Amino acid sequence: MRMFRSRTTRAVTAAVAVGLIATGCASERGKDGDKGGAKDTFVFAGAGDPGSLDPALASDGETFRVTRQAFEALLEHEPGGTKLVGGLAEKWSSNPAGTVWTFNLRKNVTFHDGEKFNAAAVCANYDHWFNWKGTYQSSAVSYYWQAIMGGFAKNEDPEAPKANYKSCTAKDENTAVIEVDRPSANLPGGFSLQALAIHSPKALKEYEKQAASGKGDAITYPKYSQEAGTVAGTGPYKITKWNKGNKEVTLTRFDGYWGDKAKVKNLVFRTIDTEEGRRQALQAGDIDGYDLVSPADVKTLKGQGYQVPTRDVFNLLYLGMTQEKNPALKKPQVRQAIAYAMDRENIVKTQLPEGGKLATQFMPDTVAGWSDKVTKYSFDTDKAKQLLKAAGESSLKVEFCYPTEVTRPYMPAPQDIFELIKADLEKAGITVVPKPLKWSPDYLDATEAGACALHMLGWTGDFNDGYNFIGTWFAEYDKQWGFKDPAVFAAVTDASKQVDPAKRVASYKKANETIMAYLPGVPISSSPPAIAFGKNVNPPKVSPLTQENFAEVSFT
Amino acid sequence: MLRLVVRRLLQLIPTLLGLSVLLFLWLNRLPGGPASAILGERATEADVARINRALGLDQPVWVQYGRFLKRVVQLDLGTSTQTGQPVWDEFVLRFPATVELSVAAMLIAVAAGIPLGYLAARRRGGWLDVTAVSGSLIGICVPVFFLALLLKGVFAVGLGLFPSYGRLSTGLDATGVTGFAVLDGLLTGEFDATWDALVHLVLPAVTLASIPLAVIVRMTRASVLEVVGEDYVRTAESKGLEKRVVRVRHVLRNALLPVVTAVGLLTGSLLSGAVLTESVFSFGGIGSFIRTSIDARDYPVLVGFIMFIAMVYVLINLLVDLAYSLIDPRVRVH
Repeated sequence: MRMFRSRTTRAVTAAVAVGLIATGCASERGKDGDKGGAKDTFVFAGAGDPGSLDPALASDGETFRVTRQAFEALLEHEPGGTKLVGGLAEKWSSNPAGTVWTFNLRKNVTFHDGEKFNAAAVCANYDHWFNWKGTYQSSAVSYYWQAIMGGFAKNEDPEAPKANYKSCTAKDENTAVIEVDRPSANLPGGFSLQALAIHSPKALKEYEKQAASGKGDAITYPKYSQEAGTVAGTGPYKITKWNKGNKEVTLTRFDGYWGDKAKVKNLVFRTIDTEEGRRQALQAGDIDGYDLVSPADVKTLKGQGYQVPTRDVFNLLYLGMTQEKNPALKKPQVRQAIAYAMDRENIVKTQLPEGGKLATQFMPDTVAGWSDKVTKYSFDTDKAKQLLKAAGESSLKVEFCYPTEVTRPYMPAPQDIFELIKADLEKAGITVVPKPLKWSPDYLDATEAGACALHMLGWTGDFNDGYNFIGTWFAEYDKQWGFKDPAVFAAVTDASKQVDPAKRVASYKKANETIMAYLPGVPISSSPPAIAFGKNVNPPKVSPLTQENFAEVSFT
Repeated sequence: MLRLVVRRLLQLIPTLLGLSVLLFLWLNRLPGGPASAILGERATEADVARINRALGLDQPVWVQYGRFLKRVVQLDLGTSTQTGQPVWDEFVLRFPATVELSVAAMLIAVAAGIPLGYLAARRRGGWLDVTAVSGSLIGICVPVFFLALLLKGVFAVGLGLFPSYGRLSTGLDATGVTGFAVLDGLLTGEFDATWDALVHLVLPAVTLASIPLAVIVRMTRASVLEVVGEDYVRTAESKGLEKRVVRVRHVLRNALLPVVTAVGLLTGSLLSGAVLTESVFSFGGIGSFIRTSIDARDYPVLVGFIMFIAMVYVLINLLVDLAYSLIDPRVRVH
């Protein structure tokens, strides 16, 4: 018995000792306030892993957040704004037809691998993308190239879009000329996209060696895009390590950067996939900042002394109506009745963070082309009832899909927003049949296939051109909306063909007025996504396009 | 013994074949596909159709299944549609984290559960028994995610004693050898990395251990109570055998038989069920990857993972049987 007890005692004592040592060590680490060591490392948490270190292969924000610190495009957006400014090109211009774009390039710029940046490097990149083959032609891989420049030198899929890119010529060392076949509303905005950021020509040659590694029946990303070492841009940071097991990408200051050098030596992006987890990690001092802050946490964090700047709105939430799914929606009075029945001010007040805005059209007011002359549909339940009666739809029954298990920058609490709209519609006498669906892929598939009479979706803009919003939905027939209205389609496509920027903006305004008169759906709101930083951080200028430049970050 | 091992391994073949057929039928009936998951709001009908063609998802299910079988024979599980990397590489990258977490949780559960269950049985009705029984009831009842958030809120955010997420501290440049962070530090002599990995393991492992600990306590207690009343125990005691020998050789050894079975099954469930714990602690294991794979309809990963887990279960059962024969000589004889 004594022996047993003494053994037990020894085991318990050892366990307690280990516990105390662990606790002590952990506490010491905690006291430093920086669990990664000295304050030369800034740790920022995102919600997902990047998909690739080559931005040309990506279409998601988590990838671009990382690559944006290492790669630069010909054009960029002003810090904290949406206006196009010079990036790797100091100046740019186009011919009157909008088909020849000339870029005067920045001098004395070098890539992370020591290669020199010049016009030949620009053309090497554009030609590299244009000549992609095999799996690179899948829209899952080269989404943005296809969205901006159409297809490829040799389209392998007959359904692929027709190529708009024609050529790139290095007129001299610092002048690159890019020709396209037809004028496009996506230009010059598209030249600012991360997916079209410029890589070192030496790295591109390495990429090409791996181009054939994709398998026929699956999309296999090449090795260079999955581990640090090959990719090389011109940005203030270079990517030095991607530890996938620890969900961490490490970037190190590039001392040869042409502009203002990064203030913090190391920049680490970590993935914490839950909102709660990111907030707790900030509060525990494990990270220095994070994105996709829940609106519900903003007040708490601010109260605790954290910095929670909100970005200017550059997104839109709308109530979509699929006319082919419910024939009643083909009647203009019914669509108008739904718009009048919705108390959208209440949604903005109760569901969006501070700075949320009521939407009057299918683009936020920060986009050039927003019009103050559109038809407005302010909350009026009685009017909604009258319109339904006039349409012979007093007992309208409509299926309403909403997504579960998701928050989007434009839609912080889908279910709550749905409940508010449902209650409003029911007050107007409309019977709502709720249909909750898991966001991905069920909800996305259902809305895209036109299977939801009413649904909520939205969009965050890529660059400041109206077509990036209204062109996405109303340039042609789309199952999601299920209508064919030549006037609406013509207004949008005609606007996109205007080469002169002022005329194009005026045309977008007209297009917005046409769309809101027709009312294919109801624009609801624009939400300012919040981003959080530690108490000891001098944060970067926050960008409505979520294009923060972390080279601006420093510690107090 | 060898025959048992070979027989069990051969049983794997029809098990996996049957499972793969069921999986393909199930996946084929799920709504949605990977294309819209890849493109999100940007997916157009044409894009979805093109991606489905590229992935071969427009083919009949038996054609897809045939292609899958052909690949499996070549030891190729396919490519993840989420990451564009071979499924096997994704497992190799993430599975060590889950194994490390599960083993740590099971060690905690066994190390604490068996003595606690035994002592509770020996002091039946006493305060230790009441505490162990009610504590294990709480352990089973409290949802894992709630416990995880609670522990994290108190010990990581509130007291700052442990890290709130991840497997290693940011910036700790540990050398990877096996993928097991604790082991790698020992192998490379980077003991700070081992220590760091252990500190990161504490909260998730304690969280994950809650249910198996409760099960083991209750099973050990019940089993000991049953064995204590057996004739052979009374005989051993009346023979004048030392109490320690009676406890260890006659009571504990026999009482552990059902517990070993439970430990085996619980280990299998930990390997496949660490999803919530991994998500809350952003642990980077296979559980959280599977969760995102379901959202993304990443069929190759789902098929590969479920078959892999089935294989693990069969192997664990085999190990349990082998352990039985070590504990109980009667099994060896038969």
